[in-house]
Amino acid sequence: MRYLPKSPADRKAMLQAIGLRSIDELFAPIPAEYRLTRDLKIPRQMAESEIVDYFRQRSRENGDGYTSFLGAGAYFHYRPVIIDSLISRGEFLTAYTPYQAEISQGTLQSIFEFQTMICELTGMEVANASMYDGSTAAAEAVMMAVRLTGRRSVVVARSLHPEYREVLATYATHQSIPLTSAGFGDDGRVNLKELERSITPGTACVLVQSPNFFGTIEDVAAIAEIAHEHGAMLVVSIAEAVSLGIVEPPRQADVIAMEAQSFGVPLGFGGPYCGVIATREKYVRQMPGRLVGQTVDKHGKRGFVLTLATREQHIRREKATSNICTNQALVALMVNIFMTVYGKVGLKELAKQNLAKTAYAAKRFSDHGKILFGGAPRFNEFVVQTTEDPRAINSRLLGHKVVGGLPLKKFYPELGNAALWCCTELTTRTAIDTAIGLVPADERSVRSGKEEVEEVAR
Amino acid sequence: MKHVTRKATRHVNQNEGLIFEKSSPGKAAWKLPPLDVPEVDAAKLLGQSERKDLGEMPEVSEIEIIRHFTRLSTWNYAIDLGMYPLGSCTMKYNPRVNEAVARVEGIANGHPYQPEEISQGALLILKTLSEQLIEITGMDAITLQPAAGAHGEMTGLLMVRAYHESQGNARKKILIPDSAHGTNPATAAMVNYAVENLKSDARGMVDLAALESQMNEDVAALMLTNPNTLGVFEQDIHKIADILHAKGGLLYMDGANMNALVGKVRPGDFGVDVMHLNLHKTFSTPHGGGGPGSGPVAIKKKLEPFLPTPIVITKADGTFGFEYNRPHSVGRVRAFYGNFGMFVRALAYIQANGPDGLRQTTEDAVLNANYIRKGLEGTYDLPYATPTMHEVVFSDRLQAKKGVRTMDIAKRLIDYGFHPYTTAFPLIVPGALMIEPTESEPKEELDLFIEAMKSIAEEVEEDPQIVLDAPHSTRVSRLDETAAARKPVLRWKPEN
Repeated sequence: MRYLPKSPADRKAMLQAIGLRSIDELFAPIPAEYRLTRDLKIPRQMAESEIVDYFRQRSRENGDGYTSFLGAGAYFHYRPVIIDSLISRGEFLTAYTPYQAEISQGTLQSIFEFQTMICELTGMEVANASMYDGSTAAAEAVMMAVRLTGRRSVVVARSLHPEYREVLATYATHQSIPLTSAGFGDDGRVNLKELERSITPGTACVLVQSPNFFGTIEDVAAIAEIAHEHGAMLVVSIAEAVSLGIVEPPRQADVIAMEAQSFGVPLGFGGPYCGVIATREKYVRQMPGRLVGQTVDKHGKRGFVLTLATREQHIRREKATSNICTNQALVALMVNIFMTVYGKVGLKELAKQNLAKTAYAAKRFSDHGKILFGGAPRFNEFVVQTTEDPRAINSRLLGHKVVGGLPLKKFYPELGNAALWCCTELTTRTAIDTAIGLVPADERSVRSGKEEVEEVAR
Repeated sequence: MKHVTRKATRHVNQNEGLIFEKSSPGKAAWKLPPLDVPEVDAAKLLGQSERKDLGEMPEVSEIEIIRHFTRLSTWNYAIDLGMYPLGSCTMKYNPRVNEAVARVEGIANGHPYQPEEISQGALLILKTLSEQLIEITGMDAITLQPAAGAHGEMTGLLMVRAYHESQGNARKKILIPDSAHGTNPATAAMVNYAVENLKSDARGMVDLAALESQMNEDVAALMLTNPNTLGVFEQDIHKIADILHAKGGLLYMDGANMNALVGKVRPGDFGVDVMHLNLHKTFSTPHGGGGPGSGPVAIKKKLEPFLPTPIVITKADGTFGFEYNRPHSVGRVRAFYGNFGMFVRALAYIQANGPDGLRQTTEDAVLNANYIRKGLEGTYDLPYATPTMHEVVFSDRLQAKKGVRTMDIAKRLIDYGFHPYTTAFPLIVPGALMIEPTESEPKEELDLFIEAMKSIAEEVEEDPQIVLDAPHSTRVSRLDETAAARKPVLRWKPEN
């Protein structure tokens, strides 16, 4: 086996040194009745060339060569080449969690820079070293608010990513945390009146997403005011990190739970991605996950260490703020490098291109369907309602190697024939024009959302 | 320094500040193509929501970024540089073909919501890895969704709870041996189970009498690591399973140490009902400085209705698809389908090994641990004489007499060119030195390690101060962790 660095003579010599005759003696502690006496039923050893062929074949069966208008929590942005050059260095790729600070300063300093940039972009005071992804970060941020307020119920915006809501529901089930939801209005934003009605003296926090699942930018200041008035915290989820280049961050939030995939992380069929939680300094001791802090060594030299570990499971066990141990360090490094490449000016320009492409596409689409939620600003996604079922439109587009917007019926039946379209800086005008050319121009017959609801109800 | 360190030599490395300290206006490492659609006025489109300023974000050039991160990287230890004897962490070689295939276009750029008809490649990978992990563990079904081991534990216990609820009683507590990983009790708390400690016997194994007396209808499951954190195989595993099952409880196996078993014995065959795997341990996906991991959970048939949604199915026409309609499911534990990129790497690893390679891998891992045990026995105190599987736990009892503790020895090991072993864990061994070489070490590296450990033991006798002050060869000496925690500085701020 090519990964094993021993010759038969080495093995023999080692067994002799231990005083054993055969390798089987080492497995004697396993009761004989359970020992496997056959080969595992998996394919024979494959050569490297065969493995590469196998995955190239899978790649061809997996949307290779298609133009996509999908977003919905996973965004296709350009990844600068140096990201992979740098993260492929064995000293990053094959290092362990930096518990031994003296020989982990590279990882530690890069995380410290990551935390700093996340703070700058979100307007928060502290950020952790990463969480699994945006959905679990949102759930953990809610748990954090529950601990901080001593209250137990949570109001969740329906415009939060539906799968994030499902994850939160799973996390909350056995913590006796009731979840209530607040709907959205005609502008796609959280319905503030409904929100206010949903909040009770037992509400620990309000959880919203901005830009929300429809790409609409929430009025975070107004939501924060309502939440804070009732003594509840505000947790804001950000699923499209590139928005932070041009959209004012939710500074009024108490906790921000972010998905940073847009910053240089491949779509990768859904993972690994990079969650992160940012908050105010005063809440840091209730924060889950690893944190890197600056300190000095014995000679007064600047250095970095994992810190405030008394929040974590390996110290506090069942009283820890979370059970999280492994996080997404290497993915956070991708994010870090991406943020460094684009920086203060590039991120803004990048975000502006996303805005321009989306504005162009939405304008073009308005002749082919009804653009919902026009009353509020949006970033790089928009919802189109068509006469024709978007699944039918999409299967036609697929024939032209175009993946259309995400049909929303499954998540929001009340929106009828609606689909969520996304454009990034990588979406070309030609691709937009091609896609639109395949959507019938019959906007005048689009029925109102109300009729659709009635239809669904029947 | 008195002793010659054979593995490592000091060499010059570059100093490097924080990236913010290199920033100045006008430098850039990016270039966007010209916009092919009309420009927009952000102020008009976004109104109040327009962001004007990006604060202290850096402005640097590409060569500076390359040097910055390359310099930082040289301050890290890594598997690629040498042995990483971290007990329980399984720092094995990370094959490079895994990285190459994870970056093939259609695999790296697949969107999680792209239609199933153009996702057959990804679905086949999910399906194939699932089937192979089921065969390796001897279980009946699996979910790949959890993002890491601890996340898998949570998913497993959610299924345990759902199972008991379906039997009419969710039960109240989880039994956890005193040798367990900290994630086990932390997870039980997240699923709202009380934790009851279970003590180990003189062999370092589950105390059967204690288990018998603590087991009752309030116990939902026992979370057992096997081999346990002492590197000891729980020889009474079938009796443990029987005791649990007799009172309706379930056996949860923490698969952190599955690398000691692959191809030799299957947890499904010795009574385990639910277990998680760490793909970043047993199946060679890189640790990457702390993640990403992946924590699939394998289960017995009776838990299948409770798997997280969605699951991969074969449809009537023979193609693959996702099944979402699972009324008894515990729900979702993560958006999308899990850390897919890690599945690709794990599958490539299994393919490269085949059945014989996986078995040989396990045998070599156990051989290496026993070789180290033999080499260091007598030099370091071995608190449990029970046979060792893939890792061996010594204590600092002999060295403590000179005031040298496990952490000091670990830090001195750095000067000899090795990463420290795991210190002070498991908690049942005071002053533990927990050593796991994995199968990736050649005999020469093991000999150098043994020699280094013996040399340090001699130093403890002759000149303990040299060990107490270690490391001597790193760019920073021991860091003031107390100050870091007392007055946390968690981000850079401009000086003004």
